Amino acid sequence: MSTPSISVRNLSKCYTLGAIGRHTLVDEVQYWWHKIRGQDPRQHMTKIGHTATEARRAEAEQMGADQFWALNDVSFDIHPGEVVGIIGRNGAGKSTLLKILSRITEPTHGEALINGRVGSLLEVGTGFHPELTGRENVFMNGTILGMNKREIAAKFDEIIAFSELEKFIDTPVKRYSSGMYVRLAFAVAAHLEPEILLIDEVLAVGDVNFQRKCLAKMKEVSEGGRTILFVSHNMGAIANLCTKGVILTQGRVVGCGAATECVKEYLGMTLPSTAYSDFSTEASKDAARFLRCGVCAADGRLKGQFCVDDPIRFFMTVEVLEAVQDAEISVRIEDVFGRIVCTSNWSDQNSGAWADRAGRMTWAMDIPAVFLAPNNYLVTMAIHQPRKRIIDLRERVIKFEVSETGGPMWKYHGNDYGAVLVQWPWRRLEREPC
Amino acid sequence: MQTIIKANQSFWRINVRELFEYRDLLWMLVIRDLTSIYKQTILGPLWFIIQPLITTVVFTVIFGKVANVSTDGMPQLIFYMLGTVLWNFFAGCMTQSSNSFVSNSSVLTKVYFPRLVIPLSAVFTNLAHFALNLVMFFGFYFYFLFFTTAILQPRWALALFPLLVFQCSLLGLGVGLWVAALTTKYRDLRFALTFLTQIWMYATPIVYPASLVVRPSMKLLLWSNPMSFVVECARWMFTGSGTITAIGASLSIGITLLLVVSGLFMFNRVQRTFVDTI
Repeated sequence: MSTPSISVRNLSKCYTLGAIGRHTLVDEVQYWWHKIRGQDPRQHMTKIGHTATEARRAEAEQMGADQFWALNDVSFDIHPGEVVGIIGRNGAGKSTLLKILSRITEPTHGEALINGRVGSLLEVGTGFHPELTGRENVFMNGTILGMNKREIAAKFDEIIAFSELEKFIDTPVKRYSSGMYVRLAFAVAAHLEPEILLIDEVLAVGDVNFQRKCLAKMKEVSEGGRTILFVSHNMGAIANLCTKGVILTQGRVVGCGAATECVKEYLGMTLPSTAYSDFSTEASKDAARFLRCGVCAADGRLKGQFCVDDPIRFFMTVEVLEAVQDAEISVRIEDVFGRIVCTSNWSDQNSGAWADRAGRMTWAMDIPAVFLAPNNYLVTMAIHQPRKRIIDLRERVIKFEVSETGGPMWKYHGNDYGAVLVQWPWRRLEREPC
Repeated sequence: MQTIIKANQSFWRINVRELFEYRDLLWMLVIRDLTSIYKQTILGPLWFIIQPLITTVVFTVIFGKVANVSTDGMPQLIFYMLGTVLWNFFAGCMTQSSNSFVSNSSVLTKVYFPRLVIPLSAVFTNLAHFALNLVMFFGFYFYFLFFTTAILQPRWALALFPLLVFQCSLLGLGVGLWVAALTTKYRDLRFALTFLTQIWMYATPIVYPASLVVRPSMKLLLWSNPMSFVVECARWMFTGSGTITAIGASLSIGITLLLVVSGLFMFNRVQRTFVDTI
């Protein structure tokens, strides 16, 4: 095997709690004063929580720990040309890992060997200055990302063409719309040519078109044989783009292997495996709430696995404590890649009010047979007053599976042909419409 | 190219080659600072000159005319202007490099480059300001030299003036690096620095000549301030009058080197993990 591009050996990062958060001498004095008087000094600390990891850190602190391991003994190898997705919940240590690999901060133990020039994209538009023109910012941002002026000048026309901002290139970027800003920033980043690229959630910004452009560019880069390390919550993007995955949980590597396998494993870890949920033991907080919900067959048997040609019934039992005239129930179905398939509302087929007096009731919603493509689906439901407020929200509480048992698209099984199956009429026309 | 990322890398090693590879970034940061400050102003870069000019006039009126402080026989305008221009340069280097971490934290938490580039860019930016100020100073200097009867005797040592400027920038950088390293933990220092700079200015012979300080204990205090030598030496180079002593010179150069070397180490130590505390 070739020498790895990135070789991580027993990498750990520890944050000492208590030492962080005292930003001024006054804080420091207060801290010691409370310590002397025998009170818990942590009460008087300035909490700084920018990232999820810091939130976890603050949590650990409240539980009385004095150390917090953001990364714990992490080891893996990445070979040239591999596109690796780092998967994990918020606060699992993904960003910390990227920060260490891009040399923004240092590990507490362990080491990482990196062979090749590294480009890190933890943000688009790092170092953009609002007063400078687009042209000046391209150079500014490029040099910050590690290019030299000659490289940037050579690619300048290409960068501008990619950003589609030829007309505005000599306008200060403070006059740009946020979309233009991001386009310019991404254009610079896309023309970075490092051997190893570290990317963190950059795709979370921008509109759908822009995200698509980013993904296409990443695909192009990876096909060029460069190594990419990619952190994202978009499982679809990871499954599509990456060849390999690494799963992090609480700072440890818990899984490593083919990207699609990792995505499945991770989803298996995080998703409810249940076709039925009961919330009735939780205290009610608002005027109405869900008590129970689940999926079942047309005959009312609870069930989590369906064939393509089975109708699927989703039911929910709700409790109304106080009448809410304009209350609505909405149910959203999304697939495991986070793609929203459809949303169904109580009022689509009903009129009047259902929550006009206190009491309990069970509603059902039927999904017709041969509608959902074979996949795993998650259900999110909410009781809300449209455009006013959310009364009860249960996100991704139900999972069910639709398996391929000879549906209309069985020949294409394994390909992503869409989220729903349609049977639309096709007809031969005598004449071309004009 | 192999990079090794490890815990507790020795902080006394400064990767000069890497720093050199990032020279374009240094240049861009300087350009950014120079061009962005005066965008959307009418007078633009003229402000670089107006500021010290006004300070000089104020000093001339208050300390020269009203308080009648001696200027060792130099034309008052030249005396105060040289002091002001040098002090502004020093204070600029010090303040801006001390803000390296705090004012650039958004960039520093997102991308890696040799952190030393930032304080260095502060020094170069101030060097550019200083060059402009010096042009203005030379204008007045030549006027007094050729068109008035004022006694100005430039010394041959004036050729060494760039070295003095170099020392001045090292000193500003050294103190700035120390403050930058400490501000990552204690933000108070940023505010304290404003006062420190003012007090330090009055402890330096800017509005008075060193010859006014006669008590031995005060003299020692005066010369242990490394800026005293820089200012007095510059005056001597340009006008021929000014107090320079061997003790003052060696103390000044010694302290400067000590500050800049220790400042570099401090900065290097902090820069590895400052992101965690900022």
